[in-house]
Order: sequence, then structure tokens, then C-alpha cells
Amino acid sequence: MTQLALVIDLNVCVGCHACVTNCKEWNTSGEAGPMVDQNPYGKDPTGTFFNRVQTFEVGEFPNTETVHFPKSCLHCEDPPCVPVCPTGASYKRKEDGIVLVDYDKCIGCKYCSWACPYGAREVDEHQKVMKKCTLCVDRIYDPKMTEEERRPACVRACPTSARLFGDIHDPESEVSLAIREAGGYQLMPEWGTSPANHYLPRRKIKLRIRHDEIERADNPLKIDGLLPKPDKAEPSLDDVTSW
Amino acid sequence: MPAVEEIKKTTCYMCACRCGIRVHLRDGEVRYIDGNPDHPLNKGVICAKGSAGIMKQYSPARLTKPLRRKANAERGAGEFEPISWEEAFSTLAERLGNIRATDPKKFALFTGRDQMQALTGLFARQFGTPNYAAHGGFCSVNMAAGMIYTIGGSFWEFGGPDLDRAKLFVMIGTAEDHHSNPLKMAIAKFKRDGGRFVSINPVRTGYSAIADEWVPIRPGTDGALLLAFLHEIVAKGLYDREFLVRYSNAGQLVNVDEKSDEFGMFLRTEVPEEEACYDPQDKLWWDRKTNMPVVTHTPGADPYLRGEFKLADGTMVKPSFQLLQERVAEYTPEWAEGVTGVPADTIRRLAYEMGVTARDQRIELPIAWTDSWGVEHDTVTGNPVAFHAMRGLAAHSNGFQTIRALGILMSLLGTIDRPGGFRHKVPFPRPIPPCARTPNHPKAVQPNRPLDGLALGWPADPDDLFVDENGGPVRIDKGFSWEYPLSVHGLMHNVITNAWRGDPYKIDTLMIFMANMAWNSTMNAVEVRKMMNDKDEETGEYRIPFIVVCDAFQSEMTAFADLILPDTTYLERHDVMSILDRPISEFDGPVDSVRIPVVPPLGECKPFQEVLIELGSRLKLPAFVTKAGERKYRDYPDFIVNHETEPGSGIGFLAGWRGKGGEKSLRGEPNPNQWEMYAKNDCVFHYELPKSYQYMRNWNQGYLEWSQRNRITRYAEPILINIYSEVLQKFRAAAQGKGYSRKPPAHLAKRVETYFDPLPFYYDTLEGQATDKRKYPLAAITQRPMAMYHSWDSQNAWLRQIHAHNLLYVNTHTARVAGIEDNDWIWVESQWGRVKCMAKHSEAVEPGTVWTWNAIGKAAGAWNLTPDANESQKGFLLNHLISEELPGGADKVSNSDPITGQAAWFDVRVRIEKVSPGDTPITEPQFPPLKPYPGQGERKSIWNFFAGKGETK
Amino acid sequence: MHPAFSVIFLTTLIGVGQGLFLALFTVESYAAFDLLPRQSSAFYATGSVIALLFLVGGLIASFFHLGRPERAWRSATQWRTSWLSREVIVLPAFMGTVFLYGAAHWLDINPVFAQLPTGAPVNVTAVLGTIGTVLAFALFVCTGMIYACLRFLREWHTPLTVINYILLGGASGFTLAAGFAALQAPDLVRFFAGWAALITAVGLVSRGASLLRNARLKPRSTLQSAIGIKHPHIVQTTQGAMGGSFNTREFFHGGTANLLRSLKWWFLIGAFLAPMLILGLAMFEGEGDLPLLLVAFAIQYLGLLAERWYFFAQANHPQNLYYQSVA
Repeated sequence: MTQLALVIDLNVCVGCHACVTNCKEWNTSGEAGPMVDQNPYGKDPTGTFFNRVQTFEVGEFPNTETVHFPKSCLHCEDPPCVPVCPTGASYKRKEDGIVLVDYDKCIGCKYCSWACPYGAREVDEHQKVMKKCTLCVDRIYDPKMTEEERRPACVRACPTSARLFGDIHDPESEVSLAIREAGGYQLMPEWGTSPANHYLPRRKIKLRIRHDEIERADNPLKIDGLLPKPDKAEPSLDDVTSW
Repeated sequence: MPAVEEIKKTTCYMCACRCGIRVHLRDGEVRYIDGNPDHPLNKGVICAKGSAGIMKQYSPARLTKPLRRKANAERGAGEFEPISWEEAFSTLAERLGNIRATDPKKFALFTGRDQMQALTGLFARQFGTPNYAAHGGFCSVNMAAGMIYTIGGSFWEFGGPDLDRAKLFVMIGTAEDHHSNPLKMAIAKFKRDGGRFVSINPVRTGYSAIADEWVPIRPGTDGALLLAFLHEIVAKGLYDREFLVRYSNAGQLVNVDEKSDEFGMFLRTEVPEEEACYDPQDKLWWDRKTNMPVVTHTPGADPYLRGEFKLADGTMVKPSFQLLQERVAEYTPEWAEGVTGVPADTIRRLAYEMGVTARDQRIELPIAWTDSWGVEHDTVTGNPVAFHAMRGLAAHSNGFQTIRALGILMSLLGTIDRPGGFRHKVPFPRPIPPCARTPNHPKAVQPNRPLDGLALGWPADPDDLFVDENGGPVRIDKGFSWEYPLSVHGLMHNVITNAWRGDPYKIDTLMIFMANMAWNSTMNAVEVRKMMNDKDEETGEYRIPFIVVCDAFQSEMTAFADLILPDTTYLERHDVMSILDRPISEFDGPVDSVRIPVVPPLGECKPFQEVLIELGSRLKLPAFVTKAGERKYRDYPDFIVNHETEPGSGIGFLAGWRGKGGEKSLRGEPNPNQWEMYAKNDCVFHYELPKSYQYMRNWNQGYLEWSQRNRITRYAEPILINIYSEVLQKFRAAAQGKGYSRKPPAHLAKRVETYFDPLPFYYDTLEGQATDKRKYPLAAITQRPMAMYHSWDSQNAWLRQIHAHNLLYVNTHTARVAGIEDNDWIWVESQWGRVKCMAKHSEAVEPGTVWTWNAIGKAAGAWNLTPDANESQKGFLLNHLISEELPGGADKVSNSDPITGQAAWFDVRVRIEKVSPGDTPITEPQFPPLKPYPGQGERKSIWNFFAGKGETK
Repeated sequence: MHPAFSVIFLTTLIGVGQGLFLALFTVESYAAFDLLPRQSSAFYATGSVIALLFLVGGLIASFFHLGRPERAWRSATQWRTSWLSREVIVLPAFMGTVFLYGAAHWLDINPVFAQLPTGAPVNVTAVLGTIGTVLAFALFVCTGMIYACLRFLREWHTPLTVINYILLGGASGFTLAAGFAALQAPDLVRFFAGWAALITAVGLVSRGASLLRNARLKPRSTLQSAIGIKHPHIVQTTQGAMGGSFNTREFFHGGTANLLRSLKWWFLIGAFLAPMLILGLAMFEGEGDLPLLLVAFAIQYLGLLAERWYFFAQANHPQNLYYQSVA
């Protein structure tokens, strides 16, 4: 059974928000759209987004890490948002594990958003239905697109390739490999929702300089430390005394 | 009927990065913009700004008609009436025609980040005015000048870190902006490959966030840190001696006889016949083997880098490197710790990391090449330590010398145009300094004649300065004068103040393209706005009589215009990213690119290029008319195809698909189908150099000759790294009254003597010197948010949801000591002014620094936002705290680097305090709200954008 | 959570309706065993109408909660998994039962099917009343479980949530019944007021227990588990949207901590202490003091509105960990 998911590499995410607006521009004119913007030119502009990048500071100065943290629907393997839906609008696809909302069935009761511990769902305040990341389901199977294009918009946009996309149930997939080898983890594991999306932690490269590595046989000081011999013609004691 | 979907390729312009994009249209409306996978720059990726291009295209802040200030309306009030283009052109042609016929310098053309400096520069020169520059002077000219005067190339468009092969990457002083996508891609790949990334920056955001180590530093003290690195590298012998000897002037002998008129100059074997802009190989080494002076690069010779020698005539000389060693001896890590706040142990450790990595992880590529002295090398070698720096170093009044120190550090580590280090991009490297010169006398400005020289150039000695017989400036911004001799990008930030004061003279017409000089692109915005609105008491005329603004958007600046020309967006026009300007070259060879319109212009919008060509034709500027005085170019695309730098030169704005059938590259006759060929090839031309020409290009005979053959350079001479800068010494000598060149006016002699040190040194910033730091204990700086570029994007419905307003980030401890809680309203005060804003606690900022995102705060109603929008009510502009002038010289000098005129944005010192309980929670200062102009679109309160519905029409 | 008035009115209004119905059928049951005097069919019919009015009011309020009320019919389909869907089924079933119950009384269509060993007749209203009672409790359970089943909303995820819905609905219904009795059956005032006071008192104990429980709750999700980084000091600097979002509107009550604290005391007084006092007074007076009992009901109902507001506001959704700061 396939479970499509995103794996987000916090080790390289610089918090540029490319995934945020590329998602919006793809989806607002796509099957999930339109995605409303309220007060787009006024006070407290707000709108429907499927993906946001947040920033956290970890630790205290000077031992601070600034962590940019993109978050969208995690497509839980056991999604708490699905069983609570009274209409069946919220569902998880058997064939690929994507959690979707059927806008034609949704009554906009918001109950599924209450049931999601991650805040991954947003009501579209104009269409009055619940919306969320679809993993660009209208891209990834589109036969008119090239294979490179058949990926979620956020994944294609990401300048640091911090977003990987694939089947986490296929142990040999790029995403499974990344989770396995780079310590991929799930958010809020305490709820047993088993989010399909995983995050890869920061990894540090350190350099250890040993003292004997600084001085070396090829140290140029061995040449430049040698100053020129004085001119033979310069005065010396030889010229002034005979003892 | 099914929607018509099509995909058109062009080049992004949501920032200056210039990625290839594909614009997906549905029934003529922009449905999606993604990165072009076949483009060499971004390889398919795109950023937040590029992805939000749709909202720029359909923004209600767009200007759609030429507008004239209403006769009875004050400047700044934003009261306009629409006029026809014909009226706009005839008004301009008449006014500019009169200026050109009488005193061309009374027309000043200054442009923002416009990416068309080749054309704007050509127009200004043809007009005959010296008063032209783009925004470089207030951006990062220190980076360009400091590096180019040292290594013959610089960061960003002209070179960058080779992260593909680097093992250690040190990023120092970047404000998150330049070269965004390629750098993001490269850093990510570098990290995945296991490279170590160190970021030195007062704040930890963006790129620094993913650094393996963050080294917080006090703003403006990077020079001290770099000098301490140099101290350790030299003291421990961690420099690349072989590289320095052969490829820099480290071994060249300098006259150290203080009594000599030649003091501080290199010893030369002969005087060159012609004064050409290359570095003749006529200097001396002291050979270790023969213990005698020899001409540099004499086969078999090996120079002393240290010591003091006496020539036969008794002149005492020292190698440059000896002078450097003496200079950095005092810059110990312990000293630097006190200045920078970086612990001495950290400084030492980082210096060793750089030195040991450079030496012990040497790269050797099986690429044969020949150097300028005819020596054949079987391999290209490199030391895998790469650096990147930008505005964080540049935007200080000590930035030039700081960046010189960086260039020298990179050179000592042996990383210039070598794998894993710094790599040039064509058309760089260029001679030190490059050949372009401004005129050096006021007579170059004559009625009805093009300027005799370039408006911007690279002075090599005081005789190149653009000054009158008294040493006074010829340019309105005082560029290339003794106040800022190496102001290679001009000083746009002083134009309005100088023009208002009539110092050095009054002008008539100021034309501004795409620069928000009434707001975020100006220091001291409150006063500068008054200056633009100020009238001569006697005549009742404005002191700057006529202001023309060309822009795509309503802004704070357009409000001060007498005439507004509506520009198009990037999706509506032709553009070229020319090698004559700043191309998008890669390390492996020259790349240029174009924009081709994907949608028709909105309303009556007209690209600024078309405006210039129309005006050039009407004014009969020689480059734009035939000998008979007839209009030469139908339009801008026609100009691009057919214009040659000189008749028959074969050099035009575009390097690709030249020759009659498009068979030639770089040089060739105009090709009538050039645009079509660009269109067919992803709008980009990429010329890949042979591998043997891709490295060591300062001294790579093959490359230099290739470059010469293609007329990228006139000379194929080696470009030795300037560890010691004789150019600077020439200015210093003149200030000391030595030599034969011009001398500075008395009131500037001390200034020139002090700062034109041929070796890098550390000094406190000019503002720092003029500030009581107990009263103003904090440094205030800005960072560029990755999702916004300059002030442009506040009209963008999606981007402004990410950054609707800005807060002042304050170190949590610093804030608590001042009694300031998270989100408290505070006053930030410098000795020049104060602003009210909200404070944000942060652990990711050095305790002596406060910072905010740049250019988020707006004036009420500007950019067609509602007057109660967050940008004007909570967002604030740090510029109100920064003065464009400081005490200095005889009267006042620009708040700029005394060498280059680089605007010293990041020098300002502030203090913070909580507002009084009764204070309103609204930012200050406030300005009367602007109203929408005629022709602007509706400001929707709810927008369900769905392309193809026709709702953007 | 953001307390939505539609839901506050829905839950409190149907609670009154359910409670009132239970009160009516309690009387009928007692009467069947001759423990209380029999009442006229008008008493039951009018009572049922009043109960129905509350239920209809609640139903109308619920529609204001929906983005797409025209599709509300769809919400009955997922009864296998969704407590909300179950509520959507049970509520109209209960309303229908109340209607039939009232109608049967009003029209006096009350044939006897059988007799219990005690001699009490098993007639149509008894059957309908029993069904109604079952449905009333089912509805309480559904309503309560809508909240109690959300396991990461830990303030709600407790049997006390269901118990409180039963007790608070019951209490308000019996209080209203006391007032109703003062109008139509003064001899029942003491009975209803007594039960109302008792249920209110038990409700106070159970609601107090949930307050105590919640005050001692330690959040299971933390910023550390939310973003998967182990460090004691993590602070959000920005949530990625400065003008707010659904996440900031739906899951935050928007009131101050002070408001929340003071509201707690007000609802404890309004929903419990004051009604108990007034009910006690009414019992002491014995005769139906209609205005006094209506005041008791009004105060209790207002108290319950506050209680329900507090119920939502106090629930701290773990998603809020991701939405703490704007910059």
C-alpha cells in the first residue's frame, strides 16, 4: 500500500517561503481553488494557505539555533480528522494515503480542524468549506505533465531541496531512505496519529584541528622566517678592533 | 468552451536574481509561474517572490496612465491628473532639450535596481550629463570596489563561492539578499555533501540559521575580525606562499623611504610608454637565491616575502607582504575580541580551520592550463575554503577597508579563481582597477554634446578624479571628488540633499526610475521629503524644479513627482540582462538572458526603455538617430538587435546568436532574428568556456587571450592581486603633498590621508566616531526578508500576509534590562531622530544590536494600501533614524564610506525605551495618507483569485 | 478554543429542552406509580411545546455554525464513526419523539398496551416517554462525546464532559420545569425545584471536579514534541502569517487571562450557587413563585452560557503551540 508524503529537511530550510506562495499560486487556480484572500490590501490581511513557514528560536544567546519550520497537512496514517467528519467529506485515499476534503460534501462545520492536533486545516472563509494540502493531487497524476512536473508545487519550488516527496511505504524510496539515514521523525508522536510527513533534524559538521596540524613541514615560515644574509660590505666588528 | 492554456518562458524580476521562469496562462491570465528547469541559473526552482508574481501583475498599486501633478496641488500630496503619452513626451522633450542646449548637467538621471544600466547609462552619456548613477552607491558599492580594487572581481554577478568543491564555507555579513536562489541551492548542496558552514553575523536568520556555527559579531567590526584572522594566518604560516608569490604583489618591493617622493610606491624597472589600464610587469622582487633585486616572475627566481632591503642607490625597500605582516602584527585575536565581541579563542580556532583546510584539503583537477608567464601547468589546484559577503560588510563607512581585508584573507588562503574557493564570472576578472574612466575635468560637460567619458568609472589615481581646477566636484552627488574618490557607483543617496541645497550647484530636472527616494531608499526620509517640497523663497519655485518618476507602482516617491510615467511589469516587456551591465554569468562562462513579454501591458503602461528610446530620438541624441537626424530605432527590441557600441564593433547588448544568421557568439553583426532565437532557447544564452579557461583567470593566458579576442578586455595582461594597493597609496601621497598628481583641497587632505591606506586597517565607523556610545549603546541594522524585495512587495497580496509589518528584534536580555517585554511599544532613538515601533525579543541577535526587516514599513496609503494597513500603522522605517550627512570636512559630508561613498546604513547607533503608558499604539512618524491616483485598480476587500475568470481585466 | 456562539446556544438550548422533557416524563412516571398526582394532558403538551421550542432554538443556532447549512442533511451519513453525525441523527429523533409525546398528550391518544405488575399502565405516552428519555440521554452522550472524544483536547477528553452535559442540561431543564409548574401545576414546584437544586448541586460537584482536573492537567504536547526538537528553551518568533489566519481565529478565545478567571467565578455563581439558593427559597415558599423561578432559570441559563463559553475557552488546542507569535 502506498503512502505518499513529504519529508522536510530542517537542516537546509532557510525559511524563504517559496513553498508557501508557490503552493498558493498553484492551488488557487487549481482544483482546490480559489483560495480566498481577505483584506488583501488592508488591515490584517489574511487568506487561505495550505502551507506556512514558521520560525522558532532554540536555546539562549549565544547558543541559539534559528529553526525555520514549514508545516502543511501531514497526511497522517491514522488521521484523527477523518472519522469525526459527519459527512464523509474528509477522507483518506486507499490508493496513495492522501487525506483529502471533498468540497462538495463539506458542510463547513470545522469539526475536523478541531480534531487535528497540528492546525493543518483551514476553513476557506469565502467558500465556507474546509481546505488543506492535497499533495497537489491535481499535479502528481496529470498525464499532460512531465515526470519532473508531477510533483507537488512546493517540492518543485524549494530552492534548497528541503522538501522530498515520495512513498514512505516503499523502503527503497528517496523519502524512506532519508527518514532512515538522516533520523526522520514525526510531529507530536504522543497522539499516535502517525503522520506520513516526516522531518529531518539539524545535523552539525564540526572540524577538529589538532595542534600538530598547524605547524607542518611545508610551513612557509620556514622560508619566510629566514631573513636575508647581511651584505658582506656592511660594517662589522672585524673592521674596528683587533683584540 | 475549454480554457486556452499556454506556457511562455521569460526571466523573473521579483528580485535582482533573474531566474528563468515559465509563465502559465489560462485564457490570457497568469495562472501559475514556476521555475524553468532548463535555465542554468535556477534549474527549475523559484522563490516566494517569484511565485507571487501573479499578485504583482494584478496589483491595484499599478500605475496605468501618465500623470501630471495638478496645477494647484503641492508635491507629496499625491494629486494627479491623467495626460496622454504625447503630452508627457512633448513636455519632457522640450524641457530636456532646453537643458541639453544650455547646461546638460542640470538634468540628473538616477535609477534604482533597474537591471538596465547599460541603456540608462548610454542615454545619460549621450545626453551629456555627468549626473547619472544607479543604486549601487547606497547598496553594496564597497563590496564591488573593495574586491575589484583587490582581486579584480567581486561577489554576486561577477563572482562567488565555489560551493560545489568547497569544504569550509564562511559567510560574513550578508543581509540575506543578493543572489538568493543560486546561493540557496548551492548552500543546501554544500551541506548535503558534508561541508562545514560558518556564519559570522550579528543576527541569525535565513542562511545563518542553517550554519553549523553562528559567530555573533558587533556590526561594523568585521574588519577587526578579518584583520585578526590575517594576524593568525600570517603568524602561523597558514598562507599559500606559492600562490601569493606568483599571483599577487606580495613579493613586490615597495619604497619605504619616507623622504622619497616615491614613498609607498612599487619599485619599477622602467616607466611604461603609454599609460594603459593594466599592470605592467615592471616591478621588482628581491630574489632569495641570488640575494638581488630581479624583475618579478623572472624564471628561476623566488622572492623574499619578508625583510627590508637596500637598493644600490640606497633606497630602502620592503616586500608588500612584509608591510602586511607589520600591519597585522598589532591586530591580535585578544585585541579583536574587545572590538568585535567574538572570543579570541574562537577567532584563533576559525583562523586555523581556514588555514588548515586550505592547506591540507588541497584540490587538484586534471586540467592543463598556461599562465601569463608561459608556464604550463598540468593541473588546476585549489584550496577549498570559500567565502561570501555582502551588505553586512559593505554598508559601513569602514566597509571598503574591511572588504580589502577580506580579499586579502581569501588571497592569503590561495582561493582566488580556484576550485573550492572564489570563482570569477565573465566579464570579470578585470584590470585593477578596470579601464572605464569618467572625464577628469568639468569641460567634458558641454551643451548639445555627449559626455566626454563615462559618468561612472574606476579612478586609478588622483588625476582620474572628476573635479574642477579647485578640486571641487563636477557631479551633483560629488562622486569621484576628493570627498569620495572611488565612488564607482555614484552616491544616489545624496542627490536630493545636494540638489536642494544647490551644492555644488542647482539642477533643473531630476528623473528617478524605480527608486523610492521619498522613503526606504533615502536616509533621513522626513527631511528629504521636505526638501523635495521646498520652494525658493524669492522665486516661489521648487528648489528642485522638476521631478519625473517612472515606476510601475504608486509609492511614496511618486507622490513627489511632477510627472509620473507608468512603467510595465516584468511580464509585459522586453529586457536584456546584458554583459554590458550585470549579466547572469556562471563560473564556467558568460551567460546573458532576456525577458520577452508574456502578457500585454496594462492600460497605457510603457516600458521605461521605450521611454528612453523615444526621448533619445526626440532629443536627437547621436546614438538614437541617424546621421541625418532621423529616428534610428523603431522600438527597444529593434534597438537591442541593431545597436552596436560603435558602428561595426559587433558588440551589442546581447552576446548570443549574433551574426546575420545567429551563428556567432559574443561578437558579430546584428542578427534580425536574435529575439526569436533567445525565445527558442529559454531566453538565455550560455557560453561554456573550455575547462582550461575556467580557473586562474587573472593569470590564465588562454582565458585572457580569449577574452581579448572577444573584446571583453582590451589587454591580455595578468591581473596580480593587490595585497598592497598602490592605487590607494597614490591618493594618500597626493594628500601628503607628494607626487605629481592633483592635490586635494586642504580641508579634505587629512581625510584622504587617513583613509587611503594602502594596507587594510580597522577604524571605528564615522558615525561611531561622532556618537556618544554610552548614550546610544546599540547598533541598529536591517535584514532583507527572503519573501520581500526592497519596498516593492507590500502591494503584493500574498507576500504582505507573510510580512505585514515589522518589529524591532532586541536581544531578550537587553530588552529585559531596559524593562521592555515582548511586543511592547518602544521608542528607538538615534541622535538624528526617533521612531515608535514594537519590540520583539530574540535570542538570535547579538546583545548590542537591534534589527528589523528592511522596507516593510510604509507611509499611509502608499502602494495603494488602505490607510489603516499594518504597514503604516505598526510597520516602521528605520531610515528615519539615519542621517544622510555627518559633520566632517569643511562642513558636512555624506554619511558614507570616505573612500567609495557607500551609504553607511548600518553605522547608526540607537537607544531604546518603552513608550509612556498613554502613548498610542501606532508607529511614528506618521504622514498624511495618500489617495489612489487616477487609473489605479480597485482595492478588493475579498479576492478569490482564480485565473481565467477574466476578473483581472 | 474560540467559543462560537452558535455552539454555545446549541448546547445550552437543547440541554434545557432535554432536561425539561426529562422533568415532564419524570412526573408522568411518578404519577404512573401514584407517587405524584396525575397531571392534565395540557400540562404535558404545553411542557413538550416549551421543550420543543428550546430544541428548535438549538437546532437553528446550530445552523449558524455551518459554512454550508444547505448541505446539513449530509451530516447524518457518518454515524459509524462520528459523534457529530450521531448527534445529527439523535437530535431530530428526539425532537420527533418529544413532538409525538406532546401530541399524544394533547390529543389524548393514549391507549394502554399493557400493565406493569405494579398496576401502572403501559400506554403510548409511557412508551414515547421512555423512548424520549433514552434519546435525551443519548443526545447528551452524543453532545458530550463530540468534545470528549477529541483526545488531544485534554480539558474535554474525560467522562466528566459527558456527565456535565447531562447534569447541566438536566439542571437547567428541571429549573425551567419548576417555573413551568408554578404556572400550570403549583403542586409540582417543590418536586421540580428540589430535583433542580439537587441536580444543580451534583452538577456543581461534577463541574467543579472537571475544573479541578483541568487545573492540574499538564499538557501532553509541548513545543518540543510539536517541532521535534529537544531543548528546554524554545520560543516561536513568527508563525508565518502576520494578519492572522483560521488557526488564530478558531483556536484562541481572544479574551484575557483575567476575563477567563473572573468568568469562572461568575458561572459558578450563575449556573450553580445562585439558582440553588433561589430554588431553595422557592421550595421554602412552597407556593409557585413564578417570577422568582423564572429569575432562577434566567440566571442559571446565563450562567450556563458563561459556563459553555468558558468550556471552549479553557480548552487549549495543541495546534496553538504552532501559533504563538507574530513578527
